[in-house]
Amino acid sequence: MASIQVLRRRIRSIQGTQKICRAMEMIATSKMRRTQDKAIEGRPYSEKISQVIADLAARPQAGEDLTPLLQKREAGRIGIVYFTTDRGLCGGLNANLNRMMARFILEQSVPISVVTVGRKGRAFMLRSGQNIRAEFSGISDRPTLLETLPISRVVIEDYVKGEVDVVYMVYPRFVTTMEQCPSMDILLPVEVAQASSSSSVEYIYEPGPAAVLNELLPRYVEMKIYHTMLELIASEQSARMVAMRNASDNAQDVTEDLTLMLNKVRQEIITKEICDISGGAEALAGT
Amino acid sequence: MATIKLEIVTAEKVIYSDDVSEVVVWGIEGQMGILPHHAPLATILRPGDLLIKKDNEEEYFFASGGFLEVTADKIIILADACERAEEIDIARAEEAKRRAEATLREQPSSVDMAATEAALRRSLVRLKVAEKRRTRRTSRSNT
Repeated sequence: MASIQVLRRRIRSIQGTQKICRAMEMIATSKMRRTQDKAIEGRPYSEKISQVIADLAARPQAGEDLTPLLQKREAGRIGIVYFTTDRGLCGGLNANLNRMMARFILEQSVPISVVTVGRKGRAFMLRSGQNIRAEFSGISDRPTLLETLPISRVVIEDYVKGEVDVVYMVYPRFVTTMEQCPSMDILLPVEVAQASSSSSVEYIYEPGPAAVLNELLPRYVEMKIYHTMLELIASEQSARMVAMRNASDNAQDVTEDLTLMLNKVRQEIITKEICDISGGAEALAGT
Repeated sequence: MATIKLEIVTAEKVIYSDDVSEVVVWGIEGQMGILPHHAPLATILRPGDLLIKKDNEEEYFFASGGFLEVTADKIIILADACERAEEIDIARAEEAKRRAEATLREQPSSVDMAATEAALRRSLVRLKVAEKRRTRRTSRSNT
């Protein structure tokens, strides 16, 4: 059985770890709340822009070329924007994403190029020898639209030039605090929602409907990527929160077990000492 | 006085939401004022100042491009970035202006010419809006 000193040292070290886990859990909770608030604040913009694009795209575009971002092409090359976290300690979040990603890539017969966001995804793509088109990392926990613009720019440029024919986004969808589900959405070509039938008002378009649509589509893509970034952070923080809560609960259990063991050892030593003393006293009394 | 609801939203948050009596913006085809009961309109915005009149108060904003929609009961501005004149970071705008000017001087043939010029225009307008507000404040304090 372990000695008292060894047990004491282990208990102390585990309590230290527990404190760190508690702190990380609390930090993750507050960051998650903040990210959720941000996502809600951005909602009016996304609703409005989706609606306007739906209205515009539903109009017959007589004689005008369909804007490249709406054109559906035969899928010759696939582009993927792969959202993962920069840091670990967030449970199985990245592992789940990687598993889904691997399954998808194995099913494809056409070339794939990947834009990675986050270090974990980049490491995975490097390990599996994928063609990485661009990589982004170090995006802060409170991202601004400005920080995500370079991502949109690379993606839109590649699509317009015809380097890729369809672009997917892979990211952890935030379902609840306890559940994040790896998901895949089509980013480009832009899929237009059905226009609401109430949009019977004739607008004056300056300079023209097609030009307005052309201006708005890149913004729509930028907005989508920004929102996905927020979703990634919300998922990361909530996954970390749950992982850290489990870790500190486990630390608590281990501490209790070790304390019990420590007390048993201590008791044993005391009993042994008492035996020795009484044995010695008896031996003395016997003389 | 007739009013119309104005909403300025960016991808990040709602910047402004109130009933106003007039809005003056830079549309793609020039500056225009929008009063209540305007015909339905949708236009692209150029980087520029944005003036909101409400009762007898005037408020200046800066909008770095975006989209404006006028419906029967509402004006909605989807701005790329938008700041109240008070919030404009003058130091940052100056810095951006210097950077853009330097880029234009050094590599006049570079492909990013258009982007740099746009950046320069944005910073100039930002400074102008901030300036407008300062002069307004000093003139008020003189009277």
